[in-house]
Amino acid sequence: MNHSLSILTAVPFVVGLMVACLGAERKNLVRGLALASSLVTLIGAVCLWTHFDTASDRLQFVEQFDWAPTLGIQYYLGVDGLGLLMVMLTAIVTPLAILVSWSMNDRVHVYHALILWLQAGLFGTFTALNFFHWFMFWELGLIPAFFLIKLWGGPNRGPAATQFFIYTMAGSAALLLSFLALRLATGSFDFIELAKQARAGVLAQNLQHTFHWPHITLLVFFGAFLGFAVKVPIVPFHTWLPAAYAEAPSPVTMLLTGVMSKMGVYGFLRILLPIFPDQIRLVLTPLIWLAIATIVLSACAAFAQRDLKRMIAYSSVNHLGYCLLAMFVAVGAAGANVAQPDLQKAAALDGVLLQMFNHGLTASALFLFVALIEKRSHGFRGLDDFGGLRQVVPVFTGLMGIAIFSSLGLPGLNGFVGEFLLFKGVFPLAPWAAAVSIIGLLVTAIFLLTLIQRVFCGPLNERWAKLPDLSTAERFLVLPSIALMFILGIWPQLILGTIDTTVMALVRQISI
Amino acid sequence: MLAWTIYTSFIGVVVLMLLPRDAARAARWVALFTAIAGCALAFAGAILQARQTNLGDVTPIAQAAWIPALGATYYLAADGISLVLVVLTGLAAVAGILFSWNIEKRTKEFFAFYLVLIGGVYGVFLSFDVLLLFVFYELTIIPKYFLIARWGSTRKEYGAMKLALYSFVGSHLVLIGLVATWVVARAQTGHATLNLQLLSQINFPAGFQHWVFPLVFVGFAILAGLWPFHTWAPTGHVAAPTAGSMLLAGVVMKLGAYGCLRVAMVLFPEGAREWQGVIAALAVIGIIYGAGVALVQRDFKFVIGYSSVSHMGFVLLGLATLNAIGLCGAVLQMFSHGIIAGLLFAVVGRMVYDRTHTRDLHDLERLNLGKVLPFAGVTFVIAGVASMGLPGFSGFVAEFQILIGAWKVFPITAVLTGLGIILGVAYTLRAVQMAFYSDTPPPAPHSPEAHSLPPITLPERAGAVLLIAASLVVGLFPTLLMNWIEPCLKSPLFARLLNGGPQ
Repeated sequence: MNHSLSILTAVPFVVGLMVACLGAERKNLVRGLALASSLVTLIGAVCLWTHFDTASDRLQFVEQFDWAPTLGIQYYLGVDGLGLLMVMLTAIVTPLAILVSWSMNDRVHVYHALILWLQAGLFGTFTALNFFHWFMFWELGLIPAFFLIKLWGGPNRGPAATQFFIYTMAGSAALLLSFLALRLATGSFDFIELAKQARAGVLAQNLQHTFHWPHITLLVFFGAFLGFAVKVPIVPFHTWLPAAYAEAPSPVTMLLTGVMSKMGVYGFLRILLPIFPDQIRLVLTPLIWLAIATIVLSACAAFAQRDLKRMIAYSSVNHLGYCLLAMFVAVGAAGANVAQPDLQKAAALDGVLLQMFNHGLTASALFLFVALIEKRSHGFRGLDDFGGLRQVVPVFTGLMGIAIFSSLGLPGLNGFVGEFLLFKGVFPLAPWAAAVSIIGLLVTAIFLLTLIQRVFCGPLNERWAKLPDLSTAERFLVLPSIALMFILGIWPQLILGTIDTTVMALVRQISI
Repeated sequence: MLAWTIYTSFIGVVVLMLLPRDAARAARWVALFTAIAGCALAFAGAILQARQTNLGDVTPIAQAAWIPALGATYYLAADGISLVLVVLTGLAAVAGILFSWNIEKRTKEFFAFYLVLIGGVYGVFLSFDVLLLFVFYELTIIPKYFLIARWGSTRKEYGAMKLALYSFVGSHLVLIGLVATWVVARAQTGHATLNLQLLSQINFPAGFQHWVFPLVFVGFAILAGLWPFHTWAPTGHVAAPTAGSMLLAGVVMKLGAYGCLRVAMVLFPEGAREWQGVIAALAVIGIIYGAGVALVQRDFKFVIGYSSVSHMGFVLLGLATLNAIGLCGAVLQMFSHGIIAGLLFAVVGRMVYDRTHTRDLHDLERLNLGKVLPFAGVTFVIAGVASMGLPGFSGFVAEFQILIGAWKVFPITAVLTGLGIILGVAYTLRAVQMAFYSDTPPPAPHSPEAHSLPPITLPERAGAVLLIAASLVVGLFPTLLMNWIEPCLKSPLFARLLNGGPQ
């Protein structure tokens, strides 16, 4: 049996342990080891990508052993296109985050150990297929994230870290209770098996039979929904996010926004959509309105921000809002008067997956640029603190401009393809929802252009007249992200080819 | 072999008595050696028994006539559930001694009382004669009282007295119940017996069970921290010396829960079913109330003290489910809480309080202990994470099964317990932040505060590693202990309790 996924998860975990034991003195060794480990995992992820059989819609690189059989716990790993895409994203963002933190000097060994454990948690979450196993990593990711914010964050890190942790744990508790109820009713923790039962219609029957209460399925669905809704986040549950993103050190924010926020969307695609399609259809209209509220309100909130980090944080919420909208519409739309509804659903879900990857890439790049600017200005990152920077740092301006336009969805860059496919699918299935959420796109364009205007254009703020432009090392640091933005913008097939069969399988799974 | 866990502890006491008055060093080593020997015997005996017999069967260890007129025998035996708790006792005993290495005041008496307590606890877990169990149970009260009253802190006389009085009230309730049981059993079968296995086969009249069950159950449950009889626990834990709180929370509270399961529930299954709802309700109140109160404490040790009430609520909820998975979770939770609470008290009492001489969270906030005592900080984070019930640690597998069991019978309690879990996260996080990782700047390098803290010693490190490893092993490989517990629940002893009720 192939153990590649276990090894992939174990590498950062073990290296993290080693790094933690090295002590605070050997800083360069710590940094080097952490970087080496993240590069090894990147190579590993690329190997997985090339060995992945794109023609098959089955799970690949599967590892399955009994763990605690009486509890239905298995050691069960495997990836399909979705899991692989997320593994790839994690593997790309982590080395960048480590490189950006190269110059930090406070308790380097603990910091890098936490980053590596966070990466291990993410790998585990994206590959585990048994609830127990998956939940372990889902929570494991939380602890390092908490301490990274708490110990290295900005001035309000204490409350921000606490709020982040309590919100997520509250969601997790609801999720846990739901899955325990599912386990009781079906005897299984296996996502694939649960989805099969849902498809056959046995799941709801079992739940009702066990609890003698017709609405139990809906309650269980809400519990699970809450867990993911906090993580994504969906609008009334989002209040932890701006504070956490803004207070976390920028490299950590890269990981939080680039990868950790995808855990929520991943949870929807892997767990909620296949297991509870009927329940989603039952409460479809409120869910779509929640998604629309997420899109529009977060865009407006981003527009109102004066801190670059908070602005990009809200824009993250906005971008993931599109994913939610497309997922809900794809599950719920009856598609009676639409030609080829399955094709539209596939387009919408293709868009969702692309958007997840693209947003991970672009948002982490944006935070990277903010980190660079913060380092130069010694902590300033307000929208109104700068002005006319393009005269002193032209290269920086150009490259960050590319990232901003990618976030805007300019054709030719990666963001466009995802949003295009997404709307192409959503529009015929739910024209009104698509129409309303266009407002979000509009507001996004306005605030991102405002950002460019205030920071880079206009008269030069004399205070920054001596700001150094990107060094060669920094250019190489941002190069991979920028290059990928172009490559994926021009040749999206690179990803679409890998996820295609997965999306088709998902469409079959959620269709009535 | 298992019987020698008891005898070894008492031999240790005798040896300690014979030592000269000021031989503190020797006393420590004798105590440690005795505890390690007990722990090794517990492990070896448990593993041997697991190999040789079906753990579902009650395997006799020692049997002798004692008071024939009453039908009382000296009857030691063990099944899988006893083994789990005996192993827990062994681990907790060793860790407790490692964390009381710094006791200077009347060292030898301290360890003598300590070992009497340990011996009594082993005795309770291994007795299958009700009277014998009761005698061992009573035996533990005396050393508890003296450990707190002499070596404790913060209103120690009050705490000791409160604990002793609560314990005595509880054991009197139990005693009344047992006497009644003996009388009814003799009337029903014609001969006197106090053998637990024989008693468990008697079908007591439902009316009798209906009133005797709450008597015995509450009697034991007082010691398990059942709300609203829990108030002895936080005060007792806070007043006790570190090793005392470790044992109180770690093992003594388990005596109560064990008594509830082994005596009250097994003997009176009808009564248990009758009162099931009430117990579940009290347990849930305990979970939420304990966590809520822990959230607002200023004294670091009170936070942990109330968290024990909350966690023991899980044990009682598991017992109240009356189904196999809930009971299995309850026994696992006894083990898990024994380990984790011990570790938490060790950090608070030994690593922090003995060095800083304050437990006020607002004072600790200014000391920035995370930087001064990094080992204590990391240990508390790990223990805290385990106590929140994060997967990978023993608490999770236990709570997980209790909640499945609760979903089965009282879905509403499962939902409410979710609230308790969230509160649990909140108070742990608050304690972690205030005590170790506050944002106040560390004291200036030349201030007295910065210098007065001695580093963490080797025995402390060893004890912490031992307990963390135990929690992790059980968390990652729950089958190790579940393979001991599950066969017991299928045995004839539990047949009437589990099969008669709602499944």
